[in-house]
Amino acid sequence: MGEEYRLTLAGLQALLDALGARGYHILGPRLRDEAIIYDEVTKLADLPAGWTDRQEAGQYRMERRADNALFGYALGPQAWRRFLQPPRHTLWRARRADPAADDFDILPADTAPPKFAFLGVRACELHAISIQDRILRDNAYADASYTARRAEAFFIAVNCGMAGGTCFCASMGTGPTAQTGYDLALTELLDATRHEFLIRAGSARGAALLAILPHTPANEADRAQEAAILADTAQHMGRTLETNGLKERLQANLEDPHWDEIATRCLSCGNCTMVCPTCFCTTLEDHTNLAGTEAVREQRWDSCFTLDFSYIHGDSVRAGIAARYRHWLTHKLANWVDQFGEMGCVGCGRCLTWCPAAIDITAEAAAIGRATHDQEDQHGNA
Amino acid sequence: MKAAPLRPAPYRVRRIKRELHGVTTLELVPAQGAVPAFEPGQFNMLYAFGVGEAAISISGDPAQADCLTHTVREMGAISTALAQAHPGTMLGVRGPFGTAWPTRAAEGLDVVLIAGGLGLAPLRPAILRLLAARPLYGRLILLYGARSPNELLYRHELEHWRQRLDVDIHVTVDYADAGWHGNVGVVPRLIPRLGLDAQNTLAMVCGPEVMMRFCGAALHDAGVAMDRIHLSMERNMKCALGLCGHCQFGADFICKTGAVMRYDQVAQRLRLREI
Ligand SMILES: Cc1cc2nc3c(=O)[nH]c(=O)nc-3n(C[C@H](O)[C@H](O)[C@H](O)COP(=O)(O)OP(=O)(O)OC[C@H]3O[C@@H](n4cnc5c(N)ncnc54)[C@H](O)[C@@H]3O)c2cc1C
Ligand code: SF4
Ligand code: SF4
Repeated sequence: MGEEYRLTLAGLQALLDALGARGYHILGPRLRDEAIIYDEVTKLADLPAGWTDRQEAGQYRMERRADNALFGYALGPQAWRRFLQPPRHTLWRARRADPAADDFDILPADTAPPKFAFLGVRACELHAISIQDRILRDNAYADASYTARRAEAFFIAVNCGMAGGTCFCASMGTGPTAQTGYDLALTELLDATRHEFLIRAGSARGAALLAILPHTPANEADRAQEAAILADTAQHMGRTLETNGLKERLQANLEDPHWDEIATRCLSCGNCTMVCPTCFCTTLEDHTNLAGTEAVREQRWDSCFTLDFSYIHGDSVRAGIAARYRHWLTHKLANWVDQFGEMGCVGCGRCLTWCPAAIDITAEAAAIGRATHDQEDQHGNA
Repeated sequence: MKAAPLRPAPYRVRRIKRELHGVTTLELVPAQGAVPAFEPGQFNMLYAFGVGEAAISISGDPAQADCLTHTVREMGAISTALAQAHPGTMLGVRGPFGTAWPTRAAEGLDVVLIAGGLGLAPLRPAILRLLAARPLYGRLILLYGARSPNELLYRHELEHWRQRLDVDIHVTVDYADAGWHGNVGVVPRLIPRLGLDAQNTLAMVCGPEVMMRFCGAALHDAGVAMDRIHLSMERNMKCALGLCGHCQFGADFICKTGAVMRYDQVAQRLRLREI
């Protein structure tokens, strides 16, 4: 980590101004429809000062804080994914002279990538983006649109001053402190005497920007205050997940009756896949104009909870909800390790919070294979 | 990594052949440039204007470099649009993708090729390569099962191969008609009767998943090593680039580590439902 400096509220506004002057479209937290969402931010007044979120499985509520913290919430429903891999996106267009023509031309879609600056990226979200990098950028084939948007983006992390009721980044080793992947990282220092930020640069372009902002070196007391905040956050995770042996246990228990039990609760609505910051699945759709002369191919987010997702030969491979939930959970916490060398879950808790049936990935993962587990324990003790 | 090829290349249908009711073979030539090299077992994504793209195995001779040959069964909108193409129609092609039948690893071994239904199409390039280099291989056996006699694909070519004395061909149908004198019953049942020299046998199997599961088990029972049994798996496929997530089969992306996969790697999953 780079050296720490102190940044005032005016300094933070100067950061926004400097990014704006450099042509960045700044996205950050805003309060809208009783939730924190990511949208355009140009002034500090745009930020959700004094608001926090209360989260539980199946529950999300905005509440007033006793102070005016700008980043005093845990996480909203949207991940940054929607800006790096948009929910709907045109890949190319095709054109022919008339509907009976044999020939057509395929034309690329406009691809100039937008230049985003992301303000308020949590440690778990930075980690989720690094997970998506492995899939969409560093894989055998790279998704050109993702790669370009990703390369342009400027990341301003904000370390978490509080853990949400469904958070478990500490279990996943992804938070609450941003370790890598940011250009600048902030920690909000707020008490009766001051409202400031600790700021450090994580990249050359971050350091270059920091250099032109009004800042002063941080002292021992600042660092101690930050350490205390982050230690407190890590100790107050709403959830935990035991990851030791988890991959093997899940892969060895694909026929556990507990999958069927989950299916009695899961509505197969796909909310969990829409809010998850690591989910990457997409589908391709083709449309034509009425005249039949223009065709367009679009990429759209897809969910493994739909029947279409696994449709072949007039039927769905994963026809039952148990199979679909099993596919999702074993992908996140087990198969992902085989595919990409790490789990596909960063412990952000969104899938718990936004599940209408309050299904909790940490509880379900702990329950799978428990019967065999207990037996083994008994044998071990005997 | 390379940039994902998302835009299809234009090809033109040169010739069509109606093989069976609803099954057509297309010969495609590139509108510009050369036909890419491919290995038996690989597939392309074929695009019909405005309708969409489908994964279709290459069914042509790998030694024939001037066109791409594909055999398409009409299943839904896309495959029907492809099969209804006529000479001159432009189609889009992305590929080739996926793993290959182990024609090189099979050198010096007896080879059993087992096809069910349209599964003969993805095996055809392997068969043609083996026949073209016949002395490199031991015994060659082709087992082919179809639902009924009038659903036998490449019938003319099967007769032609049958006339060669250096390949054993066994054809079976689930339901015979009055004119049928051959085997009746499912393909896996033929395996124990082949008298395989199991220690020196490699198998390539392509057909419906249940049929491949039973064939894998029967070959294994006959003593063929699991890692010498190769199957061509199928899952819903959209991008063929390992990016869309659709073709996952356990931890495998069929477009990357398949479609041709080793039985020892998939046997456990084949026993489970809805994977
Ligand atoms: C590796 C591979 C090789 C194949 N080789 C051939 C071949 O040589 N000849 C041939 O006729 N067919 C082949 N298929 C199957 C072919 O891709 C499907 O029949 C086709 O996608 C159906 O599309 P549709 O829109 O006509 O039908 P619908 O049944 O309406 O399908 C709708 C959508 O579901 C998906 N889908 C449906 N069935 C399949 C399937 N079996 N496999 C993958 N996705 C599917 C596709 O995304 C399709 O767009 C192959 C499939 C795979 C995965
Ligand atoms: S687990 Fe919850 S959010 Fe996910 S599909 Fe089931 S009901 Fe919907
Ligand atoms: S699986 Fe759930 S907790 Fe894990 S990263 Fe996705 S949304 Fe967050």
